Amino acid sequence: MLKVLRDLFRHNREFAAGSILVLIVLGIVVASFFSPYPPLDSYVVPPDIPPSWDHLLGTNSRGQDVFWQVAVAMRNSLLFGISVALISRVIALVIGLVSGYVGGMVDRVLMSINDTFVVIPLFPILTLFYFMMHDHMSWVVLAVAMASLGWPYDARLIRSIALSLRNREFTTQSIFSGMSTRQILMEEHLPYVLPIVFSTTLNNINWSIGLEVTLSVIGLTNIETPTIGTMIYWANQHTAMVAGIWWWVLAPVATVIMMFIGLFLLSVSMNEFIDPRTRLARMGA
Amino acid sequence: MSTLLSVDNLTKSFARGGIFGRTEFVAVDHVSFSLESATPEIFAIIGESGSGKTTLARMVLNTMSPSSGVIRFQGTDISRLRTGRDRLQFMRKVQPIFQNPSEAFNPLKRVDRYLFASAYHFAGCRSRDGREIAADEALKKVGLSLAEVKGRFPHELSGGQLQRTAIARALISSPALIVADEPVSMVDASLRMSIVNLFKTLRDELKVSIVYITHDLATAYYISDRVLILQKGKVVEMGSARQVLSEPHHPYTVRLRESILSLDDVERVHTSG
Amino acid sequence: MEEAALSVQNLRAYYVTGHFGMQREVRAVDDVSLSVRKNEIYGIAGESSCGKSTFIKTVAAAIRPPLRVLGGSIKYSFLDRDLYDLDERKLADIRWNHLSFIPQGSMNVLNPVRRIRESFQDFAFPHMGLGRSEFFDVVNRHLERLQLSPSILSAFPHELSGGMRQRVAIALATVCRPEFIIADEPTTALDVVVQKDVLALILETQREIGSSMIFVTHDLTVHANISNRLGIMYAGRLIEEGPTREIFHDPLHPYSRHLVASLPRIGDLTPKIALTGAPPNLAQPPSGCRFHPRCPLATDLCRQASPELTTLSSGRRVACYAVASAPATRPMTNDRMTNDKFKSF
Repeated sequence: MLKVLRDLFRHNREFAAGSILVLIVLGIVVASFFSPYPPLDSYVVPPDIPPSWDHLLGTNSRGQDVFWQVAVAMRNSLLFGISVALISRVIALVIGLVSGYVGGMVDRVLMSINDTFVVIPLFPILTLFYFMMHDHMSWVVLAVAMASLGWPYDARLIRSIALSLRNREFTTQSIFSGMSTRQILMEEHLPYVLPIVFSTTLNNINWSIGLEVTLSVIGLTNIETPTIGTMIYWANQHTAMVAGIWWWVLAPVATVIMMFIGLFLLSVSMNEFIDPRTRLARMGA
Repeated sequence: MSTLLSVDNLTKSFARGGIFGRTEFVAVDHVSFSLESATPEIFAIIGESGSGKTTLARMVLNTMSPSSGVIRFQGTDISRLRTGRDRLQFMRKVQPIFQNPSEAFNPLKRVDRYLFASAYHFAGCRSRDGREIAADEALKKVGLSLAEVKGRFPHELSGGQLQRTAIARALISSPALIVADEPVSMVDASLRMSIVNLFKTLRDELKVSIVYITHDLATAYYISDRVLILQKGKVVEMGSARQVLSEPHHPYTVRLRESILSLDDVERVHTSG
Repeated sequence: MEEAALSVQNLRAYYVTGHFGMQREVRAVDDVSLSVRKNEIYGIAGESSCGKSTFIKTVAAAIRPPLRVLGGSIKYSFLDRDLYDLDERKLADIRWNHLSFIPQGSMNVLNPVRRIRESFQDFAFPHMGLGRSEFFDVVNRHLERLQLSPSILSAFPHELSGGMRQRVAIALATVCRPEFIIADEPTTALDVVVQKDVLALILETQREIGSSMIFVTHDLTVHANISNRLGIMYAGRLIEEGPTREIFHDPLHPYSRHLVASLPRIGDLTPKIALTGAPPNLAQPPSGCRFHPRCPLATDLCRQASPELTTLSSGRRVACYAVASAPATRPMTNDRMTNDKFKSF
């Protein structure tokens, strides 16, 4: 695996650029653990100071240091994105693989559920969800809600691969070797879909962070938790742009864009590596 | 005398077309034949593409269910095998060999895992050593050894080696019947005979019956005891391989027989050239 | 000796691939020289990955990376220069008109969403220099000669059977009456009954328009029925060449002998013996003669040096020390496997 990463870094410009961007963001995230100020406290520093040596990205109108706020917010947003992506990937994998392999009635039922989820309009549902949950809204609840809406496209994709794998001779070979359905799915078919899933996971992280930002900016999440979205929300509440506190908005936006571009480049550069032919060629086939 | 496999009036039809103008396509049409337990034989099913031979093989392997008709294996109707244990029991006795050896193993996985899985599920080898011994024994029967195969990926072995490994895997459970669908059509000429000869050895020494599905009359003549000629899903001729293929009666078999390119034509074609 | 229709000298074509910096070189065609006479069908036989497909890609000027031609020359009689000295435009001019191609799957030339008529128009029309109605007169007459009804022109490829499509592909390849035809396993995908008719059609057409042809297939019985001369390839090299009849009656190279001897035929129940080992990986071919690991006649010399394709007094060529060293003393026999040393096969 390390060798793969090294080769990718050397020979693939998108991968190199993408990983540098992601590493910068990760650096900021790690730094958040060493924050000199408790992230939820306000008025710990003088408000509205422009970027300077003392406060790299300035301070905001609530008396918080913008750099350390961004660090914590990015950490939460990223954690949120990863959780959504992982949960929805598990759902997509289970549904896609089972549907494709078992086929028949199971497939038809699972796919009609799948298609129902595809056509559900996300934004109104999540808005409704917020009004239902209201005070109980935490990022964990939101993550689960978004994960259960974010899997269907991937499940379709995985199913189509599983469908073709089912008719391959090696699947019959596995059946006649006495392997159980679980074994065939986990050990024979999963390796074929994992690389693709890996690439869509990166995109899904982007998607969920983006959606979280959208919801937060209009205040439809728990605004107490600092995330990139809630940071922009608070900046808007204090009319930061009108007041000329541009760094309060620019810092989170720039960071999250860096993250977006980084993850996107990584997922693009993965494509070449994902191709099973490339993998086999590397194995020396 | 007990019957190993009896196929009785087997029919499989597929629906073709969409919502409008649905038509039935009969792939296998009232096919019957049977194999006896006491006399292991190589039973060739010969047909061109679209004759339904692969569909027939799938039904015998119980990976596809027939539209009508009954397949009995050692007296049991195989469509009644519902539980996982019954199916495992069936698979212990009936094993497949595939057409394309490089497709028959997952290219991302080591070849030996299939051998070990078979040993675990069918030969009751719970310990690692037991599995290795069982795999090695089976590989020796096909002229290989575990040392040559262990830890290898499919692309590291030749087509002939892979096909023999596949046969070895099928042998681990000591099956009574092997269903081989075009087992040599994708194997190179210089390796083909090793596989074909191996089938003979399996029949003679291990007393395994083999259903050999092929389009190639010459290898069928060379190894099989009986042949069944399939045309568009129907049996047109069945009988002893030598007889049917040297003196065919049915017009279709005659046409097949005449279409085989013979080496003796070398003289005829090249007298001018 | 008459002028050759195609002469290939010391052709080397390798696949050079690089994945993330890992360089690999597969020597698919390594130092092959042969010439095809006028009006001749030259058969090339060999198993998968012996280099026969790469060879015809190279002589058809249809190479794409990672395949590269590293050396050698390819000269057609209708060209005044080497094939690889031509630019793309000149190449497009000679294709179909002088040099045409019958593929294994007819779908490779027939566009599935265009009628057969349009395929003819796309490929052949620009080369014929005829008006539209004259052009279709020629096409119709040509189809009739091949016993195809002109009505198939308005069909889509998927409406025709496999055998029919292959006939259309043959018609398409021969309508411009090219000097040279390259056929790549044209009958492999067909059923036996159809195969025989298609072969007869190829033979007839070739004789009628008087073209020369390279016919590639792994199936020796097909060669027996169509090729005038036969070249057998093994691991990227041409190892034996001669008139087809002579190769079948008296194969010289140990590999060809095995191939001929192991052919099953109806009426023959003598045990066929298999060859041990497997064809080598062309990324790391064995030293010396590439067949030596599987050869019952291999000596130390074979392990160290690679035998040249040498011409024997009979005019046949073979690349084997065991055969070339004793060409005169070798008993010429019709019986294919009497040589004692081959009992060990």
